Amino acid sequence: MKYSYYPGCSLERQAGAYHQSALAVAAPLGIELVELEDWNCCGAIEYIAVELLPAYALISRNLALAAQQNGKGGNQLVAPCSACYLNLSKADKYMDDSPELAAKVNTALAAGGLNYTPGSIRTRHLLDVIVNDIGFDKVKEHVSSALTGLRVAPYYGCVAVRPGFHDHFDDHEYPTSMDKLMQVMGAQVVDFPLKAHCCGGHMTQISQSVALELIRRLLKNAHDYAADVIVTICPMCQLNLDAYQESVNRHFGTDYQIPILYFTQLMGLAFGLAPEELGIGKEFIDARPALAKVGQVGEAAAGRTKRDKKALPMPRMAGEV
Amino acid sequence: MATSATTTHSETFFDEVVAATPGNPHLDLCLQCGTCSGSCPSGADMDHTPRAIFALIAAGMKDTVLRSNTPWYCVSCYYCMVRCPQEIHITDLMYALKRMSIQEGLYHKTGAPEASDFAGTFIEYVESYGRSFELGLATRHHLLHHPVDAVKMVPLGWGMWRRKRLDLTPKRIKGIGQLQAILAKAKELRGAA
Repeated sequence: MKYSYYPGCSLERQAGAYHQSALAVAAPLGIELVELEDWNCCGAIEYIAVELLPAYALISRNLALAAQQNGKGGNQLVAPCSACYLNLSKADKYMDDSPELAAKVNTALAAGGLNYTPGSIRTRHLLDVIVNDIGFDKVKEHVSSALTGLRVAPYYGCVAVRPGFHDHFDDHEYPTSMDKLMQVMGAQVVDFPLKAHCCGGHMTQISQSVALELIRRLLKNAHDYAADVIVTICPMCQLNLDAYQESVNRHFGTDYQIPILYFTQLMGLAFGLAPEELGIGKEFIDARPALAKVGQVGEAAAGRTKRDKKALPMPRMAGEV
Repeated sequence: MATSATTTHSETFFDEVVAATPGNPHLDLCLQCGTCSGSCPSGADMDHTPRAIFALIAAGMKDTVLRSNTPWYCVSCYYCMVRCPQEIHITDLMYALKRMSIQEGLYHKTGAPEASDFAGTFIEYVESYGRSFELGLATRHHLLHHPVDAVKMVPLGWGMWRRKRLDLTPKRIKGIGQLQAILAKAKELRGAA
């Protein structure tokens, strides 16, 4: 099946592992992702806080380009980033509801020679596409190296499941689609009551104390249920839980070491792909010890270099124990 | 009741808020049940909970509302919005309050000025390049607003770079001229509305 693909700014670099692993698992599943040519930033949650009409125009340029390039990728636009998915589907929905808003956005788009009819492009989250278009049975056929024994906490975050403007593909508060997908991969899915709670988003840049508390709750919850790994569907969630995990440890005196991987990375491993093909190793909290436990990476690779405690004190890097 | 993002000739603060929100936010249906406040992950850090903010809006207390840190501490998690029994578009109302607070020049008095400064820096990158640029965003934001604490960001930045998760230069889209023309037109329409 052919789809237009909107990677979003995070996947360009910060979440390169998500981009790489998404493409690596899409290919064997027959999901053809045609990158939207010359897409622009969706504005995250920042643009809309300062400007209304320009924010909708910014988002709609992408929708207009997708409609224009329809022949290449079809009328469905796949976004792996939850924030991009929300912004694209929300702008489309609100323009569909308000012809007056749509008319103003179109006047702005016309200044760039573009036009968009609300409702003509269907924005989908990558998880939705894999679970509902491909389906668990088809996915299962590709599992050659099951993740048997790996305790996985499926973390959905907020905006992929809430508010669900177009495709309400899972429950708002207790989603289960990724749980089932991870079970198909052979993993042991642990109960994770906070699975759809907030990681704080950009709050890390605004008020660290508020953000770190939100991140701590999630890590504690996963730790309480003895998860080996937290699996995410959003680059913001991955960044907050991974890159700020050491900050949480310093702030609260905890010692969490829970690796945070993308669902596509675990799918890739279960499909028998090599960790390097899936961007594994780019995480701050090393995932290899957890993966070695279930035979997914060699023991040698999993060896964590620990400093001799008697050695002279040295500055510590983030992610180092 | 005004129901459009583009109607601004309002009589009361309540109408002004509704007019600044896209679509119909259903604010007039608020029951003051407090489900939003109870669902909010950062409610404890807000100086007025969302429910209180809606009561203040109904009471026409514009200055108090626009000086509040509440919308700036909203993490956009949408819990309130999916739980609201009246289907009020709470998250979108929070965005509207942020915009109004900036327009009225009150955001520096909100107790959370970092949030709008961060948004401003983010927007500058998007408008110049068409894409966001994390290194520039984080460095500029911290150097401009937290020069003393900026040094604390160095280990994180270094960790990102070492793991090939950071670009050193921003990427510019090909159609940046087209995007800028679209945004300029949108700003013109906003001004005229």
